[in-house]
Amino acid sequence: MFTAAILAILVTMGLALARALMGPTVYDRIAAVNMFGTKTVLLIAIISFLSDRTDLLDIALVYALINFIGIVAVLKLVVYGNLYSSEKENPKQLNATGNDN
Amino acid sequence: MKIFSYSIFLFMFWFLLSGHTEPLLLILGLTSVLLTIILVKRMDVVDHESYPLHLYKQLPLFFIKILREIVYANMDVVKRIIKPGKRTISPQLIEIPVPQKTDLGRVIYANSITLTPGTVSVELTNDKIIVHALTKESAECLAGGSMAKLIPD
Amino acid sequence: MRPEMIIDILSWVCLLSGSLLGIIGAIGIHRFPDFYSRQHAAGITDTLCAMLILLGLGLQAGVTLAAFKLGLIFIFLFFTSPTASHALANAAMHGGLKPELDNFNKENKS
Repeated sequence: MFTAAILAILVTMGLALARALMGPTVYDRIAAVNMFGTKTVLLIAIISFLSDRTDLLDIALVYALINFIGIVAVLKLVVYGNLYSSEKENPKQLNATGNDN
Repeated sequence: MKIFSYSIFLFMFWFLLSGHTEPLLLILGLTSVLLTIILVKRMDVVDHESYPLHLYKQLPLFFIKILREIVYANMDVVKRIIKPGKRTISPQLIEIPVPQKTDLGRVIYANSITLTPGTVSVELTNDKIIVHALTKESAECLAGGSMAKLIPD
Repeated sequence: MRPEMIIDILSWVCLLSGSLLGIIGAIGIHRFPDFYSRQHAAGITDTLCAMLILLGLGLQAGVTLAAFKLGLIFIFLFFTSPTASHALANAAMHGGLKPELDNFNKENKS
């Protein structure tokens, strides 16, 4: 039963990864990576029960926090182009309709 | 007083995360809690926002209600996804007023809107939230203000 | 029926329906047309899917430290996922990404 859940989560992660690769905007990619991270937390939790090693739950816990921090940091890097500016003055204008490179 | 209850809370947290009962480890845990308390006092971050003790009566009821809202909203969005056809959604961008007075209440309101699938708060200002809603119905339901009543202030 | 068996079945139902919701949400982020509507589909996998899977695992664990940690994971997800979604949507709006809307009479904030 755990195996079925793991397979379903892997399918979900694959689809999220496909969206992250396809884009089309940079925000789609970040949202897909965020979803991928949440699924990773669930995957670690299920694996810890499958292999009966509940210490792995600590790793899932930390992953949930680091995922959030990482997403916000990447988002700030994308919007401002750096991580040091605290002002809301000139966010980098992205090419919103199309591709982000 | 607040600091005292906060340190008890922190120690419980440490104990539940580690699960150790040896005296040495307990003393080490206590030391880490004391260190945290000293840091927190120096940074002056334990106030009514980061540690909302005054909401203790309203919060459990709020969580139950918000869970119910989340389940219903999820079912609606799932229906929209699996329904065949070209266009099953009608995205909306609406402005709704914020009745809450405090910053904490506003943030809880905006977060609850985002937490229920089908509505995402895009912009939060002092007296209004701009919300992107997936369907006309969810936008109307939100504009009716039934959720604003749930939020503790 | 013994009570353990009922709890087992309940936890399996929770796990399987949670996994199903995850797949549905993943299909949603491919079906919906623009970024803002995809956020709603991603919201499903962040809320109810995660809730059901963690609840299923918690029923397997019983009253132990592991169940407490699962609850903690749930609380962290509960607090961080709307914050991340809001930050993303806000950044997209300020970056000038226009949503596809049905009510065109409202002008878009940018």
